[in-house]
Amino acid sequence: MRTIILNTASNYLLPILLLFSVFILLRGHYEPGGGFVGGLIAAIAFVLHAFANGLNNTKRLLKFHPGFLMPLGLAVSFLSGLLPVLINSQAFMTGLWLEQPIPVIGAVGTALFFDIGVYLVVLGVALTIIFTISESA
Amino acid sequence: MMQQLLIYPLLLQLLLSIILMFMWRHINAQRVVSILGSAVGVLLSGMLLYQVWTEGTQLMQAGSWSAPFGISFVADVLSSTLVLLTSIAGFAVSSFSSASVIPARLRFGYFAIFHFLILGLIGAFLTGDIFNLYVWFEIIIISSFVLITLGGEKAQIEGAVKYFTLNFLASIIFLTAIAVMYGLVGSLNMADLAVLVPKIENQGLLRVAALLFLVGFGIKSSVFPLYFWLPASYHTPPSAVSAIFGGLLTKVGVYALIRIFGLLFLDDPFIAEMLSIIAVLTLFSGAVGALVQRNLRKVFSYLIICHIGFMIMGLGMFTEVAIAGAVFYLIHDIIIKTNLFMIAGVIYRIKGTINIKKLGGLYESHPLLSLIIIIPFFSVIGIPPFSGFWPKISLIIGAYQDLDYVAIGAIIFASLLTLLIISKIWSEVFWKKGEELPIREHFLYFKDMTKLRKIQFIGPVVLLTLVTLYIGFGAEHIQQLSLRVADELLNKEQYINAVLPNLRQ
Repeated sequence: MRTIILNTASNYLLPILLLFSVFILLRGHYEPGGGFVGGLIAAIAFVLHAFANGLNNTKRLLKFHPGFLMPLGLAVSFLSGLLPVLINSQAFMTGLWLEQPIPVIGAVGTALFFDIGVYLVVLGVALTIIFTISESA
Repeated sequence: MMQQLLIYPLLLQLLLSIILMFMWRHINAQRVVSILGSAVGVLLSGMLLYQVWTEGTQLMQAGSWSAPFGISFVADVLSSTLVLLTSIAGFAVSSFSSASVIPARLRFGYFAIFHFLILGLIGAFLTGDIFNLYVWFEIIIISSFVLITLGGEKAQIEGAVKYFTLNFLASIIFLTAIAVMYGLVGSLNMADLAVLVPKIENQGLLRVAALLFLVGFGIKSSVFPLYFWLPASYHTPPSAVSAIFGGLLTKVGVYALIRIFGLLFLDDPFIAEMLSIIAVLTLFSGAVGALVQRNLRKVFSYLIICHIGFMIMGLGMFTEVAIAGAVFYLIHDIIIKTNLFMIAGVIYRIKGTINIKKLGGLYESHPLLSLIIIIPFFSVIGIPPFSGFWPKISLIIGAYQDLDYVAIGAIIFASLLTLLIISKIWSEVFWKKGEELPIREHFLYFKDMTKLRKIQFIGPVVLLTLVTLYIGFGAEHIQQLSLRVADELLNKEQYINAVLPNLRQ
């Protein structure tokens, strides 16, 4: 299914969708969104690119195996939960927040890093599954 | 940092899984990390049990949200004992897997999933929130489903489908029960539920919820008549996997029964009576089922079912001595069933089959190994002074106090049939002169293993046998522990006060 329209569109859509997925990730604390949805949208960006340009091109673009994102994301989430234990020995998963919100991003705390971890895991899992299926198809 | 010790065994397993996933392709490094990490796990759980024993019930509110609102993690003596036993069994099976599971399976993340399974088990033992318990059950099911299918043989897939559908059904029923409870009471924290449940006016609906819990946990702990998935699936995966399944998966169902029913429902005589009847039928059907099997692992699968009956029986009586018996049996059973399935794996690697009609002559060819194996065999029958004997005494005393002669009869019947089954295995597998078995190509025989692998392979069997010996000869200690657990279960106020210290009674 190679068409010029999809080819051209996917080149523009990939960065836009990735940007949108990050936007969804960041707004997720108080409004609808979050790491899970964000990760899925990011996965859609790469899947669309793979449809338009072929799986091998997308893999070259990614540079590493998407399965690697799973332990990475788990590690980020795990450390965000462990941080309050290590810093001031509060209970696991206690939220720690910076006092001043950072412009554009908003309030930054361990919950954000937990969500970033979820984002990476979901992206990794979705891409691994879809890549494996389309390889064997 | 030390006041959060109870969460460390849990975090350790998660950390191990993450590290192992980073080392996806390096099998040898995975073996080392898994074994060493599991050893640290045993150490941490031992420290936890010591802390709980000396300082009383430990509590951690995840995210610092206070009790009925957030998720509480509670370690009382029962939980921390089970966490320790899980860690010991996990350590043994981790070493056993690194020798016996073939590299093709290890390359697909066997160890990472294995530690996720242990994580789920420890989480289920430690959580104080009924919905969180459901989540840990899901983690257990998903990782055990991966473990049971890993390798993709036809028999495995067949076993896995039966295993997964029925366990998934159990989870749905469990979830429905949680929904009914939440609708009735408006809380999910177990301690909070224990306070609120006696005040509920609609006792009929409460009983419905109790029965839904009973069916859900009953499928998971494989009691009569919900056990049929277990013998259909436990003999299919590699023996290391069935060792951890046989030792721990049904026991987490029993733990959930003890915890939820002990806290919420056992004041209702109808439920208690029901549990006693189920226990008798489970003892009977498991023992009779084991008699007719020829596959060694299927025999052991039916023995699991049979011996679940002992624990359910103790729970149904709900007197101090009976609960102590049930808890003692639980402790003994986790170690012994893990060991039995590993022994089946050892025999498989020596001979290439586990059909007891074809096997034979093991005593002649491996006398020392046979002597090690006979200790768990004696223990599972319950020959004094080995470990299976002591809990049965407590159970019989408990049944005698209740004048429940059917229960006494069932205990003795199940013990006799276990004796018959084990002596049949002993005479068939160890004494009888075996057939000449064909040499299987591409099969890892025990005699072809390197010395290190042999130690990793036999070491866990020896270790668990030593633990069994300790449970048998140090029965005084285990009995003290069980009595303390029974005391905690009967006096719920201890648990409630530990979780909800600010409660106005």
